[in-house]
Amino acid sequence: MALALSRERREERTSEAVRSAITRSGGDRVGLVFKVSLLACLLFALALLVWLMSTVLSDALPYLNERGTGEFLNGRLSSRTERFGVSQGIIGSVWILVFVAVLAFPVGVAAAVYLEEYARNTRLNRVLVLTIRNLSGVPSVVYGILGLVVFKELLGGGDDAAWWQFTGGSSLISAGLTMAILVLPIVIITASEAIRAVPRELREAGFGVGATQSEVIRSHVLPYALPGILTGTVLAFARAIGEAAPLLMVGAVTGLLSSKDGLIDTLQGKFTALPMIVYQTAKRPDAEGWPAVTAATILVLLVVLLVANASAIFFRNRVERKRSR
Amino acid sequence: MNTPNVSRGPVAGRVVAPNGATAPSEIEVPAVVTEAVFETRELSVLYSGFRAVRGVDLTIRRGEITAFIGPSGCGKSTVLRCFNRMNDLIDGAKVEGDLLYRGVNLYDAAVNPVEVRRRVGMVFQKPNPFPKSIWHNIAYAPKVAGVKKKGDLDEIVERSLRRAALWDEVKDRLNDSAMGLSGGQQQRLCIARAIASDPEVVLMDEPCSALDPIATARIEDLMKELTNDYTIVIVTHNMQQAARVADMTAFFTTEVASESDRRTGLLVEYDRTDMMFTAPSDERTENYITGRFG
Repeated sequence: MALALSRERREERTSEAVRSAITRSGGDRVGLVFKVSLLACLLFALALLVWLMSTVLSDALPYLNERGTGEFLNGRLSSRTERFGVSQGIIGSVWILVFVAVLAFPVGVAAAVYLEEYARNTRLNRVLVLTIRNLSGVPSVVYGILGLVVFKELLGGGDDAAWWQFTGGSSLISAGLTMAILVLPIVIITASEAIRAVPRELREAGFGVGATQSEVIRSHVLPYALPGILTGTVLAFARAIGEAAPLLMVGAVTGLLSSKDGLIDTLQGKFTALPMIVYQTAKRPDAEGWPAVTAATILVLLVVLLVANASAIFFRNRVERKRSR
Repeated sequence: MNTPNVSRGPVAGRVVAPNGATAPSEIEVPAVVTEAVFETRELSVLYSGFRAVRGVDLTIRRGEITAFIGPSGCGKSTVLRCFNRMNDLIDGAKVEGDLLYRGVNLYDAAVNPVEVRRRVGMVFQKPNPFPKSIWHNIAYAPKVAGVKKKGDLDEIVERSLRRAALWDEVKDRLNDSAMGLSGGQQQRLCIARAIASDPEVVLMDEPCSALDPIATARIEDLMKELTNDYTIVIVTHNMQQAARVADMTAFFTTEVASESDRRTGLLVEYDRTDMMFTAPSDERTENYITGRFG
């Protein structure tokens, strides 16, 4: 076959014959179909997203215009659409993000450093890694049950709480801790991957000049892996802010919520969060105009998430710029 | 071709009398009295139970350049990485036999590899500066060794860069990233970084294989200059490079086990470079240096 082809090519005596052979039209049909179907998949995904966003916006904007955005943001939970506001939900969601950033981030990164840099490749450690991977896929409602049993009941204690029962029951602390545990496997996995991607040459350079293992990790491995670790944090934020099921289990408020003074009271007191408000308003009658409230709350949720992610990405880009400069 | 200068050691083969005249010739001084920095006896390295290289017996003397040559997979880099315990970083690597650094077995349980690496620096195949400023690249080694004062660090940075023939090119941009330097400059920076902790030995693992001929020539000149203060062991793929720079050359090759088809490297011949390239005593060496295989 190959011999026949090469003989045929040798027999193309003139440049004209060669030209007609190598400029044959028709092209790569299969390739074109492949490319178009890839594009179609992309457009389908985008179209769904655009449709979702436009529905939300078309419901939310007239309501927000009528109420005034500021009033909606500052208002509190209410049984009437014209007085309803999401300030308590924003506070709850932001606090949950704070818990994730303060607890899940350092603990997860530290665990990843141990797994990647210190743990030997033993059967036990392989099982450990597999378990963490599986944990990241466990449905959030299961984490909600953990939060209910451990944080709300065991560490909450109700009215006659002992000194070590610090969560206050169905509180922001319980919700924050539950969410931090929920995203911990995601942080560990993404941080592990970022650490694994640090080039071997960089580690060797550090060891080669007589740095200890912890010095190599602190001054070379972690700075290099930081952008990747922050990408994982963005994912963790997104997961934590969007989950409603664990909050439901821990006991987020669905009706009215009284205001509280002071940090401790806020943290130990009853709470709600933006996804809870979405869930709760979506159940109320359409006729009273609740769909518009739901849409407006979704919009606020997206904006809060966008701000959290944008700050993580901004930080990441700054680190990256510093690295390449 | 550079004829190896056998008397280039701390103990030169000549005695100088107080008045500056050469001592009477009755006083017999050995032609070569160089101190052994490394001695290996029946050294072999195993990766996960498989013997990667065996039978390494050699003595590396102070102030000399020793080259390891041989075909790919012959274990020359593996042996080099024993000399500063870099093989510790590889899971499943195990060293058998003796490796003495000035009389001390480097693989003794009480030896701290971090201290070893401060005395035995390394330059790698691919230039691998830290993604930090030029200043921080050099200052890192003395910093982890405990030097704290900015003034002292500045002095070490300047001295190291001057010794690596890089100072004039970078003195005005010490705060710029090392990643912005050319490949040859980066490798000289890595040499400067290796000598910043004032080591006794510098190991070089194919330091010029990623560089063009001009940059290579600069590194070779630099190596010859550095032998005034340092002992250099270089792994190279390039026989001409070994012939140009090395006082001593070790030739490694591979043997294939008939039953398992696995390759093991071994040291075939170790001699003065001029002997090695003019009158090799082993047929395999001769075949390799004359280009019949490898």
